[in-house]
Amino acid sequence: MTALLEVSGVSKSFDGFKAINNLSFSIGARELRAVIGPNGAGKTTFMDIVTGKTRPDQGQVLWGEKSQSLLKLSEAQIARAGVGRKFQRPTVFEDQSVAGNLTMALKAPRGPFRVLRWKPSEHSSQRIAELASEVGLGDQLARKAGELSHGQKQWLEIGMLLAQEPRLLLVDEPAAGMTLAEREQTTTLLRRLAETRAVVVVEHDMDFVRRLACRVTVLHQGAVLAEGSLDHVSANPEVIEVYLGR
Amino acid sequence: MFIRKNPSVLAFLAILAIFTLTVTVMSEAGGTGAIPTSMVKTLGKTLCLALAALAMDLVWGYAGILSLGHMAFFALGGYMIGQWLMYARTGEIVTATLMNAQIPPTATEIRDGIAGQIFGVVGSAELPLTWAFAGSLPMQLLLVLAVPGIFAFLFGWLAFRSRVNGVYLSILTQAMTLALALWLYQNDSGFRGNNGLSGLQNIPGLTHVSQADISVWFLWASAAALALCYVLAAWLVSGKFGSVIRAIRDDESRVRFLGYSVEAYKMTVFTLSAMICAIAGALYYPQAGIINPAELAPIASIYLAVWVAIGGRGRLYGAVIGAVVVSLLSSWFTGGRAPDLNLGFYTVNWVDWWQVLLGLAFVCVTLFAPRGLSSIIDALAGLRPPMRRGKDLGPDLGALRESEAEA
Amino acid sequence: MRHLLLSLLLLAASPVWAQDLANVLDTHRDQISKPSRQTIAPVIAALATAGPSAGPVLEAWEDRRLGLAGERFAIIEGDTAIDAVTGVPVKGEVKALRPNSGVRGLIAAALVQFQLTDPDPARRRAALAAIAREPDESHLQALREAAAETDPVLAARRARLERLLTIRFDPDTQARLDAIDGFGGDTGADFQAVLNPLLTTNRIAATTLPEGANLAAELEPGSDTLPRAEAYRLLVDAGLAEARPSDADIKAALAGNIQNGGVGGVPIGQLTDPDRRDAAYATLVAEGKVAPAASADQVTAALEAHQFADLYVEPEPKITDAARAALRGMATREGTLQAADLALDALSLASIYFLAAIGLAITFGVMGVINMAHGEFIMMGAYTGYVVQTLISDRTVSLVVALPAAFAVTFLAGVLLYQLVIKHLAKRPLETLLATFGVSIALQQIAKNIFGTQARPLTAPAWLEGSVSFGGDVSISSIRVAIFVLALLFLGLFLIVMNRTRLGLQVRAVTQNPGMAASMGINPDRVAMMTFGLGSGIAGIAGVAIGLFAKVTSELGSDYIVQSFMTVVVGGVGNIWGTLAGAALIGGLQKGIEVLNPANTLAAQTYMILFIIIFIQFRPRGIMPQKGRAAEA
Repeated sequence: MTALLEVSGVSKSFDGFKAINNLSFSIGARELRAVIGPNGAGKTTFMDIVTGKTRPDQGQVLWGEKSQSLLKLSEAQIARAGVGRKFQRPTVFEDQSVAGNLTMALKAPRGPFRVLRWKPSEHSSQRIAELASEVGLGDQLARKAGELSHGQKQWLEIGMLLAQEPRLLLVDEPAAGMTLAEREQTTTLLRRLAETRAVVVVEHDMDFVRRLACRVTVLHQGAVLAEGSLDHVSANPEVIEVYLGR
Repeated sequence: MFIRKNPSVLAFLAILAIFTLTVTVMSEAGGTGAIPTSMVKTLGKTLCLALAALAMDLVWGYAGILSLGHMAFFALGGYMIGQWLMYARTGEIVTATLMNAQIPPTATEIRDGIAGQIFGVVGSAELPLTWAFAGSLPMQLLLVLAVPGIFAFLFGWLAFRSRVNGVYLSILTQAMTLALALWLYQNDSGFRGNNGLSGLQNIPGLTHVSQADISVWFLWASAAALALCYVLAAWLVSGKFGSVIRAIRDDESRVRFLGYSVEAYKMTVFTLSAMICAIAGALYYPQAGIINPAELAPIASIYLAVWVAIGGRGRLYGAVIGAVVVSLLSSWFTGGRAPDLNLGFYTVNWVDWWQVLLGLAFVCVTLFAPRGLSSIIDALAGLRPPMRRGKDLGPDLGALRESEAEA
Repeated sequence: MRHLLLSLLLLAASPVWAQDLANVLDTHRDQISKPSRQTIAPVIAALATAGPSAGPVLEAWEDRRLGLAGERFAIIEGDTAIDAVTGVPVKGEVKALRPNSGVRGLIAAALVQFQLTDPDPARRRAALAAIAREPDESHLQALREAAAETDPVLAARRARLERLLTIRFDPDTQARLDAIDGFGGDTGADFQAVLNPLLTTNRIAATTLPEGANLAAELEPGSDTLPRAEAYRLLVDAGLAEARPSDADIKAALAGNIQNGGVGGVPIGQLTDPDRRDAAYATLVAEGKVAPAASADQVTAALEAHQFADLYVEPEPKITDAARAALRGMATREGTLQAADLALDALSLASIYFLAAIGLAITFGVMGVINMAHGEFIMMGAYTGYVVQTLISDRTVSLVVALPAAFAVTFLAGVLLYQLVIKHLAKRPLETLLATFGVSIALQQIAKNIFGTQARPLTAPAWLEGSVSFGGDVSISSIRVAIFVLALLFLGLFLIVMNRTRLGLQVRAVTQNPGMAASMGINPDRVAMMTFGLGSGIAGIAGVAIGLFAKVTSELGSDYIVQSFMTVVVGGVGNIWGTLAGAALIGGLQKGIEVLNPANTLAAQTYMILFIIIFIQFRPRGIMPQKGRAAEA
């Protein structure tokens, strides 16, 4: 299995504080992976580096079959290359309708002049309706996103990610603030998504990670501490110390 | 389809048409003469200011870029058309004079004559390179769009690429205007220093037409430009492009993660809006008759923002209403036509106190009625913004506040 | 020739007086009584070598006080006269001699050597001054020959004069070069006055440049230094080309020869074409009606066929090179002095910007708020100073009162502005910017309504007038020094407040993490209010300082506000050292650009702003950005 994303030897420090320290990580084209680690382990910085928000001090981030380096690309170019990101807090465009939010996310040319000429088509509205109903917002298309409840916004954001059709999905703490039933639903969705693409879930909640039943990467002090099945890593004494020893 | 989705555009066009027709009928040019020519000119200029405010609303209200330098583009447009007006008009006069001599003039003699007439005042008799195309109306019309456009593009490219935003960007745009104004103030920059360009109300080739007629023509031209640009702006902001720029206003980094190049969009909107401003300026200054570097003073651009804010930003009609109301009130108060207010112990002379009133009114609008004058229209139409539990529309500095949101 | 003769005579005659005075006077009586400029030189030379007592005779002769009493010469002193040789009073009529000015000039030159050795130092000094005023070839010899000078000051002055005259008049190139070198790093005006004429040039036009000429520069016709018209004029003057009448002359000639609606067979309508005009003129020339003129093509050809150059009048290249080098060295040293002067200017400008911007920087750093009314707070401070001065007449006392008063007034204004406006626009910096702009225009107009539009004086106490000078050439006005001191004082005060007081600690906490600060029991609202008041108060004090050297008007603030913004933006937010660096950069830059282009302060400001716009490209967060992970977002 060739890797879709290959991060090797990446380091990043902020004013002397090493947030990421010689981190290496890779994920295949169709894989579900959970990344866990205590606070300050570098999970968010890791996602920032992959999505281009933060430039590492050293190391390489290679993408796709052609092993293209992501380090020279802007956030927007990385997103267009097929990396989608779901933030911890739901971030949708409050001023715009559910349909508007989804339209913007829909896979289509992104240049300003192409967007100017873009017109809604039979196909696009059908796709938007499909996506909306998939995330349970089928009857809310005309409402402004700002009026939705917290959970609905989470789902809308997931809908937007699906509309983007990314090849790699980075999901930051999806279970935060969700009810049990919603968690169930989210787990199912993530596992289904991982059948067609790579999904990286950053999560605190061990229960949730267990439900995902996938390979787990443990980060600590900006580096990979252990990797393997959840059972494997939770038997690792170092992991136990990091999680419980303090 | 587009009109059906945006009924306000139709209403706006209707009101604009009625206004223009009424003024025409009441003008001195073939009408009843109830409105003097100077007033027609003021109204025409007001339409141009409204157009500039519309452009300002595009960048600030929709894309969240608080530019404090938009009047620079307005003035640049004026300078570009002014070059032709002044050159061609001086050319007519110089040619007429030289033709009276026994020997008819050569092309060089005419050119030197014009240069001497125009630049004698700054102690030069040579035509600077910047006036290379001044003799050609089509070229100068092209430059009206091209010069501010390229200027805005370069500035945008510098500023947006390095992700300068918020207050920094505002200060930078202000600095840009100031730099341009200071440059134009210099005699050797080729725009007649602080004399500016004058006599612009005399349209070359139309000397036989009375100013009354010309003022009405310009009123129509200004109204037409406003109408066209309003429709263009409404079309821009209503589609997916509009969605994207409003999204940039509210939450720029999220838009990046959707794969849109925020810089490219900001640059597009900024450049386009600069060009609209330039059109407004090119129509304004022939009506004003004179342009000089004082027009680029940073304060003029801040006033533009004030108009948009008082009218209600994030709504195209808000910008127009704000510009029209504030600039007309302003000329009414400062023109000395407003009656003094006698408070018993002190008589308020509005010429002196209008600025104070405007300043305080502006503070109050920002504090208590962020939607400005548009809130009256919203109230009449029975529109209410959705409830967002006190949250702004996005995390960015340019994002609309909850109370500003469009219904 | 005369010079040579004189020096030969002097050389030959030196120790022993060849002829005594009486002899000389006797021998040349006729020539002395009726002198002619052409023939008198040897006589004067003879007199000059006739011993020390000849001095008074020459002097009297020059003063038209020498007269003839019968056969003997006598010196007239007022109503009496004495014998020129014996000094015995002369009775009877003395007929005064009236030498013409040419002769008197020659006598004066000969007199120099007597004056230079005169026992009275005042006269010796006067002689040196006279030589320095109007140096002459003959003086060089006199300076060299005169007996040693005893007064050290005068000796130095004489030696210097001798070297200056050597540079000008000595026939020996090497001696002149040595003299130029001998001045080393001297920047004296007299030295410059000697050097500059050495570099005078003549502009010439020639088929080929003269061999061995001391060439200053070869010129290209049509360049900035040599416009084509000027070059052609040179050719015409040198007789190398035919004159070409100006276009206007041709036009006038054509106008004077209109016949049957045409000139020289060319219809008038076609005369809009320059070529047709030339054709018409050529026809007129052929008909002999006008003087022939070179055509435009001939002008071009002539210009191409000849060479143009600036030639030094001084034929010796070594001298001109040395003079150029010496002048260049002088310019460099003067530049250094100017740079020092400039650095002081820049420093005081930077102090003003620092004072004006520090309040802005505080509010921007702590609250992310740009207060557009900051400039008006500066203006309020200046007006407070003015009002205090109208109440208290003693300027020193009024200044001492004005500073805290201005602080108090603007502090209160700042607190009021915070409570009424800024508090309600928390986290909305752009709206705050616009709202404070509203306040700014209102305040400006109110000031105009109260104090009128004309400038109000804010006069500095007497001890602040005048200037402090450093080593003579560099000086700075005391007010600017005071402002510099004030800026230093505020820097110190600010550092103490921020690092040593509770308020400072709270401010730092709120700046770094408002949420955390609030949970630690700090009231961010109160801290913000206090910092806003503090920033505004400093603006008031800056206003008093600025008012001391600038006129107080309602627009005072807006003159400084943009520069203050720049200072904050360039310096970076939330760091006093950043503001300092920003102020130094902007002040220095503005002064620096002004030097490069001194005539045009507008251009200086334009370039400065452009520089800042470009600077922001590379340091979007200023010189000293806020640190930490939060700043990355």
